[in-house]
Amino acid sequence: MSAVLEKVAVNDEGYLLNPDDWTPEIAEAFAKEMGIELTDRHWEIINFVRNYYKEKGQSPTLRQISTGAGVPTKELFKLFPKGPAKKVARIAGVPKPEGCI
Amino acid sequence: MKKILILGGGTAGTMAANRLRQELEPEEWEITVVDQSKIHYYQPGFLFIPFGIYKKRDVIKPRRDYLAPGINLIVSEIDVIEPDKNRVRIKEGGRWLPYDFLIIATGTHPRPQETPGLLDGEWYRSIFDFYTIDGAVNLSHRLRTWEGGRLVLNIVDMPIKCPVAPLEFIFLADWFFHKQGIRDKVELVYVTPLPGAFTKPKASKVLGHMLEEKNIHLIPEFYIERVDPERKVIISYEEEEIPYDLLVTIPLNMGSDVIARSGIGDDLNYVPTEKYTLKAKHFDNVFVLGDAGDLPTSKAGSVAHFQVDVFVPNFLRYIDGLDLLPTFDGHANCYIESGFGKGILIDFNYDVEPLPGKFPLPGLGPFSLLQESVINHWGKMIFRWMYWHILMKGRELPIPAQMMMAGKWS
Ligand SMILES: Cc1cc2nc3c(=O)[nH]c(=O)nc-3n(C[C@H](O)[C@H](O)[C@H](O)COP(=O)(O)OP(=O)(O)OC[C@H]3O[C@@H](n4cnc5c(N)ncnc54)[C@H](O)[C@@H]3O)c2cc1C
Repeated sequence: MSAVLEKVAVNDEGYLLNPDDWTPEIAEAFAKEMGIELTDRHWEIINFVRNYYKEKGQSPTLRQISTGAGVPTKELFKLFPKGPAKKVARIAGVPKPEGCI
Repeated sequence: MKKILILGGGTAGTMAANRLRQELEPEEWEITVVDQSKIHYYQPGFLFIPFGIYKKRDVIKPRRDYLAPGINLIVSEIDVIEPDKNRVRIKEGGRWLPYDFLIIATGTHPRPQETPGLLDGEWYRSIFDFYTIDGAVNLSHRLRTWEGGRLVLNIVDMPIKCPVAPLEFIFLADWFFHKQGIRDKVELVYVTPLPGAFTKPKASKVLGHMLEEKNIHLIPEFYIERVDPERKVIISYEEEEIPYDLLVTIPLNMGSDVIARSGIGDDLNYVPTEKYTLKAKHFDNVFVLGDAGDLPTSKAGSVAHFQVDVFVPNFLRYIDGLDLLPTFDGHANCYIESGFGKGILIDFNYDVEPLPGKFPLPGLGPFSLLQESVINHWGKMIFRWMYWHILMKGRELPIPAQMMMAGKWS
């Protein structure tokens, strides 16, 4: 595990316990773990997700990211393969989206 | 005369109208329900129609018969809601209906048009839904003569109403094909965007295990983008393909179009609602009951019932100038039909996931939580009677609205 990640508290599924602990370095480290190299486009989406969480107190679903950030779903799957909403949430340091109950 | 206007006369709207009529003086309060259809459907019954257990006539009743005398029913599509002017326009005659208090109970509805390919030529030939009466009836005809092959059940996206219904469908399909003597010729595949069989971890484990035992193949984390009805494959956003002979889809569920037309919903037409009081977030004389809201709990008839139980006393406080109490806990209670005359029962709320135990009497039951039993199946079947004769008549069930931890073990 990378040195940045050793110092932060995460839950069983690897999401930050406290979204305020988040730093861009943590995002880089999580992304690396998932085999994703962060580009500007990734960052646009990460920032959207962080702002969304700050405003609404919950993590956006895939559909909300796509409409809200204006990124086609297909591209989201390219950028964050296999479950983009969950992956961005983890990288952005916010809780797993609870869109599905 | 004060006016309460209720939009939607389905499960939630009907219960709320009848209970409020019992509590409020007819000389002081007028109660009006608007719904586009004269028929009240018992939607949980749709599940049983494809397998010939229920017929269409078992799940439909005249809406008027279930609204107490003293409640006005207007049959019309609702055109637009103007909450800042306290009025609603209906399509019939373009009439405006003013209100003092508004209850939005317009539910949520499947939208096959949102997934390219679903409606293109094979709809009700090799592609079916069972969340509508037409879908359920057409599928029953198809299944009667189907000789076997690969049946794929696909959930397009969450949230859907009654999130356990797709599992029940596949369990019943397993039982049905056994009974028809063709189970060995049928491959059953359950394709979901969720990471497992269900949304909550403990229940997901138990239900996932049941899928395995029944030889039903689970494909998790599949997000459908489109269908190719000619090649008979569903295709994900990542271009993975799953072939089928018969596709049973749970299309994207969205709240009513009138919510979008009125500009008061989110991207899926759900009205932002206060989690614990059921008041609309942005309006002080508007409440949201049933599937129409954006609450983080299941969209289910049982939830609508617990909501109405806590809403009515709270509303009576509110009109007397008292504060709303934060009494709704997200309580849901679902019978899951598991085939071969058995069922499972799950009970949960905003904070507590489904746990094993006994319900409703701690230690005694008679229903077992998160465990298969014959009596749970009877609970489900008797529920149709209770729906029409107790719930829709505004009578109370002897089950507390808030979830109890007694009788559960973690
Ligand atoms: C297959 C299936 C199985 C299910 N099984 C279960 C189960 O076992 N247990 C359980 O608890 N729940 C179950 N449910 C879910 C349950 O039926 C719903 O959650 C419940 O009916 C929600 O009630 P509601 O009043 O919010 O919406 P509804 O009962 O759907 O009522 C909404 C009403 O609003 C009307 N309406 C909407 N828009 C307009 C408009 N623009 N103009 C006029 N009228 C309008 C509609 O005509 C409708 O009558 C199941 C659902 C399905 C589809």
